[in-house]
Amino acid sequence: MRTAEAFRMALEALRVNRLRSALTMLGVIIGVSAVVILVAIGTGAKDAIEDEISGLGSNIILVVPGQLNFQAAPTQSRLDLSDVNYVRRVVGDPSRVTVSVQSGENIRVGRNEAFVTVVGTDENIPNVFERPLKRGRYLTETDVDTRRRVAVLGSEVSQQLFGDLDPVGRQATIAGVRFRVVGVYEKVGATFGVARDRETHIPVTTAQRLLGVQRVNGIAIGASGPDVIDSLGQKVVDALTSRYPDEKFSAVTQTQLLGTIGTVLGMLTGVLAAIAGISLLVGGVGVSNIMLVSVRERTKEIGLRKALGARQRDVLGQFLIEAVLLTTIGGTIGIALGIGGSLLIEALSPVPASITLWSILLAFGVSAVVGVFFGVAPARRAGRLDPVVALRAE
Amino acid sequence: MSAFEAAGLTRSYQLEGVTVDALRGVDLTIGDGEFAAIVGPSGSGKSTLMHLLGCLDRPTSGVLRVGGVDVSTLDDTQLAELRNRMIGFVFQSFHLLARTSALDNVALPLVYRGVAKADRRKRARAALEAVGLAHRLDHRPSQMSGGEQQRVAIARALVGDPQVVLADEPTGNLDTRNGEEVMGLLERLNADQGVAIVLVTHEAEVANRARRQIHVRDGLIERDVA
Ligand SMILES: Nc1ncnc2c1ncn2[C@@H]1O[C@H](COP(=O)(O)OP(=O)(O)OP(=O)(O)O)[C@@H](O)[C@H]1O
Ligand SMILES: [Mg+2]
Repeated sequence: MRTAEAFRMALEALRVNRLRSALTMLGVIIGVSAVVILVAIGTGAKDAIEDEISGLGSNIILVVPGQLNFQAAPTQSRLDLSDVNYVRRVVGDPSRVTVSVQSGENIRVGRNEAFVTVVGTDENIPNVFERPLKRGRYLTETDVDTRRRVAVLGSEVSQQLFGDLDPVGRQATIAGVRFRVVGVYEKVGATFGVARDRETHIPVTTAQRLLGVQRVNGIAIGASGPDVIDSLGQKVVDALTSRYPDEKFSAVTQTQLLGTIGTVLGMLTGVLAAIAGISLLVGGVGVSNIMLVSVRERTKEIGLRKALGARQRDVLGQFLIEAVLLTTIGGTIGIALGIGGSLLIEALSPVPASITLWSILLAFGVSAVVGVFFGVAPARRAGRLDPVVALRAE
Repeated sequence: MSAFEAAGLTRSYQLEGVTVDALRGVDLTIGDGEFAAIVGPSGSGKSTLMHLLGCLDRPTSGVLRVGGVDVSTLDDTQLAELRNRMIGFVFQSFHLLARTSALDNVALPLVYRGVAKADRRKRARAALEAVGLAHRLDHRPSQMSGGEQQRVAIARALVGDPQVVLADEPTGNLDTRNGEEVMGLLERLNADQGVAIVLVTHEAEVANRARRQIHVRDGLIERDVA
């Protein structure tokens, strides 16, 4: 018998038992669409977070006091501006080092008021972070040296306080002190839940006086290239540790963050896919079950076919193809539903979904394999039926 | 050459520890183009003998040659091919595929012979015309009378140009008129195309239309009247 003929025959058998075929496929459809959707969500989340991290800028090293350990309480910073200058000397290129002192403060313009993150920093922000300007200018060295009361607003802050007006040159009151707006940042979005568009940058010296502190919260370094990140981070940490032998310092790099988060989310995606895979397996068991019922029910048909000259492999092939068609048709419908479902989820919820070719190919391949695997036992049984026994069956 | 040559053919079934000897040593030769009826009481082993002759089953002991070939030398695949080329079957309860047109039912043996679809349909149509069912090509079994269904089954038996047609109670489920018609078809098949016919029957009238009556009793041939 030709293969095309076998396919035609199998399709015919599935068509004849439409409802049963559809119900049998349902298990596979659900399993496959679950694989596609869950992998899409997992991948989407991973992509989104990786985008956020790289959106920060490239080759960034954050130097923070204390050990980077999620179980430990945050360590009080003991770093001050002299340490920043020390780090600048260690790095060699002072313009690659910037600093941050942070506090949540009220900012007011006329009747408009907003609660924002005030970040005391310096002129090196654009050298380290991806922080394009929309209007005006960045903070300057002079701003820092002379402790000017100037501010660069995040896009959301500007929108909230000034609406569509150009804020550059206007006044704003931060924690009761009047500042002049010198620039507005472009919209950059959030990173790790930190709404960077809700920040207001002022000179670090001004911030220390405003907040009454000597400390800085952290130091950020922009490495000259990806391959020096790790060594530079280590060099800075070593230098700080030799200066303060009793203290611990940590360098957090983007690669580290990406690596850690990537691993965690990759694992999560894997777990989700495995759970979905189990439902696919259950669907396969359903296929096997139905095929066994079908073989029993069609015992007479099998006997007749054999009497007319069907060989063992003809009958085996017919039932195996039926099983594989069930799972691959189910798989194809499942993939379509999975893609549709992922797009719907992305459109209707904040959960990002990213459909990957590999998950589609995998889902399709697995459903075909499931068909062969779970179809082979019933098909063998059919192929081995004794024609006399089959014909005598009533 | 003979269509069938059987010597010392036995067939035993094991049933819950009990051995049932359905055939106990049958010697039988059926020549090309013969028309023979196998008769005997119920349970005498007629169907068992038919299944052996039709290569659907293997004897417990004894030798069976079909078209000169000792079937014990053939494996299951070769037996399937032998059935497909040499033997046409007609059953008491028709055994047509439900939900399948008369044309496709008739063409089925040719599917397993690897005949191309167009050719299959042409030959199936000719076979249906030969049994007077040219107007029923697209009917399904459920849309046909018992007599028509059995004629479809005969068309299926002859579509592959077999040397022998084996018919187990072909008129058993039919009324006299339809039974008559089926017998007429088998007789014509035998007379015009020289196909050997072996049929099992309970009805003396049917048996008497055959040129030879083989009487089976308790798994043995009791009488063989030509
Ligand atoms: N698969 C089987 N297992 C056990 N015994 C069987 C089997 N098939 C047939 N037999 C027995 O073999 C004997 C002959 O059966 P067979 O069907 O050949 O009789 P028959 O002559 O065709 O009868 P009928 O006229 O009723 O069709 C019977 O006693 C039957 O019970
Ligand atoms: Mg019988």
